[in-house]
This record gives sequence, structure tokens and C-alpha cells, in this order.
Amino acid sequence: MPLWWPLLLASLLFAIGVYGVLARRNAILVLMGVELMLNAVNINLVAFDAYFRDALHSGQSLALFVIVIAAAEVGLALAIVLMVFRTHAHIEVDDLRELADRDAA
Amino acid sequence: MSAIEVVFILLSLVAVGSALLVVTTKHLVHAALWLVVTLASVAGVFLLLAAEFVAWVQVLIYVGAVVVLLLFALMLTRAPTGPQPDLNVREAVPAAVVAGLVAALLGATVVAGFSDVRVDLDDPLVGSAGVTGDVLFRSWVLPFEVLSVLLLAALVGAIVLSRRGED
Repeated sequence: MPLWWPLLLASLLFAIGVYGVLARRNAILVLMGVELMLNAVNINLVAFDAYFRDALHSGQSLALFVIVIAAAEVGLALAIVLMVFRTHAHIEVDDLRELADRDAA
Repeated sequence: MSAIEVVFILLSLVAVGSALLVVTTKHLVHAALWLVVTLASVAGVFLLLAAEFVAWVQVLIYVGAVVVLLLFALMLTRAPTGPQPDLNVREAVPAAVVAGLVAALLGATVVAGFSDVRVDLDDPLVGSAGVTGDVLFRSWVLPFEVLSVLLLAALVGAIVLSRRGED
């Protein structure tokens, strides 16, 4: 298999994840975009692991670590999302502007 | 074209198509379910690239745990089940342009850089649970342990955040 096939797949998935993060308004859908991006990175890691035939399996080990970090991230992020929902009764990221840098006027 | 390559192309088409549906569908719950399809086909890609253990971890953690967490969060935030017209920002064109530029740049880079390189998948590559565990606990012990502390910290943080504030 040409190496650029999995790499191109990863690039496309990453771009789709970027679109999801930028275009979605619901915080949980934004998180789904982040998951897509993390998966794209994992495909890259595993593809290069297979290409280099790494004796230490760096790519696969790092892919496992990324999966663990993604699980931790999604757990924390959903706790934050639920807290935002309790205080604001919505999770539209466009409308959460308390921390925005407003003009003084 | 070998059987592995045919299966890879099919899995890639499924992954990209369902990922597009994840970011464009107007049903909140459907987005989570299409995410399952995407993650499962990525797990298939891992299997093809001889990362057997990573593929099963992907199925267990992502398809099993993360998507269930997302569905729980959708339920707890009282997500409506019908089609929602305002799930995306009103001006989605800049986002699409940025994403298209990312795809073009990354895609052109990897195709230009690796167009003449092949992954040799014919020899028996090893990525089974035995080999991965061996490598993980021989060469990657310190990152592994640091990650378990990180998971513990995330767990404690999530519990603290989720408590209703009686302190």
C-alpha cells in the first residue's frame, strides 16, 4: 500500500474535524470534531509505525496514549459542558460570551 | 491491487463519508451515531496497518466509552431529537474555506512528500496484544505511569466539577 493513502485519509479526517470545530454551535458537537482530529493523528502514527517497522512500536504506543488522553479530555470536557448547562440552560458556544474581550464602550 | 488495498479504500470512503455526516447532519443524536461509524472504520484501518491491539482499544474506548459519554451528555443537556436548523453557525463558508485549505495543504504535503514510498504489509507485522504489552511495559513504562496519574487527575477533576456546589 502506498504510504500516502493512510496519510491522505488522515488529512481529510483532520480537515473535517477542523470544519466541525469551527462550524458547530453545540459544545458536544464541537467535541465530536475534536475526536475526529485526534483519530486522524492516530492514523498517522499507526501508518508510520507500520512503515518504519519500529522495534519499539513508538507509533502504536503513542496512538494508545493519545486514545487515553482523548478519553480523559472528553470526560473532563463533558463535566464542564454539564456545568455550563446547569448555569446557562444552553450549551451554544457562540452565546457564551462572559469571558469575551469587550470594548470598554 | 491487493485485497488489503481494496479494503483500505472502502474503509476510507466509509470513514470520510460518515465523518462528513458527523459535522453536517441536523440531528444531534445522528451525529453521535455517525461518529460510531467513523471510529469503527478507523479501527478497521488500524487492523489493516497491523495495529491489532490499537484497533481493539479504539473499539473499546472510543466506540464503547467516548460515544456513550457523548450520548449521555446529549441526554443530560436535553438535546431535542428532531432536526435542528441552527446546529451550525450562520456563516459556515469561512469555516468550510479554512477546512478546505487545511485539507489541501496537508494532502498536498503528504502526497508530495511520500508519493513514492510504500508500506510493506506482506510480511507478518506484529502489533498483537502480546507484542504491544511487551513494548509498553519494557520501553514505555514511565509515560504509561504518568498517563495513569493524568487519568486519575482527570477523574478527580470531573467529579469535582460535577458535584452540585455544596462544597
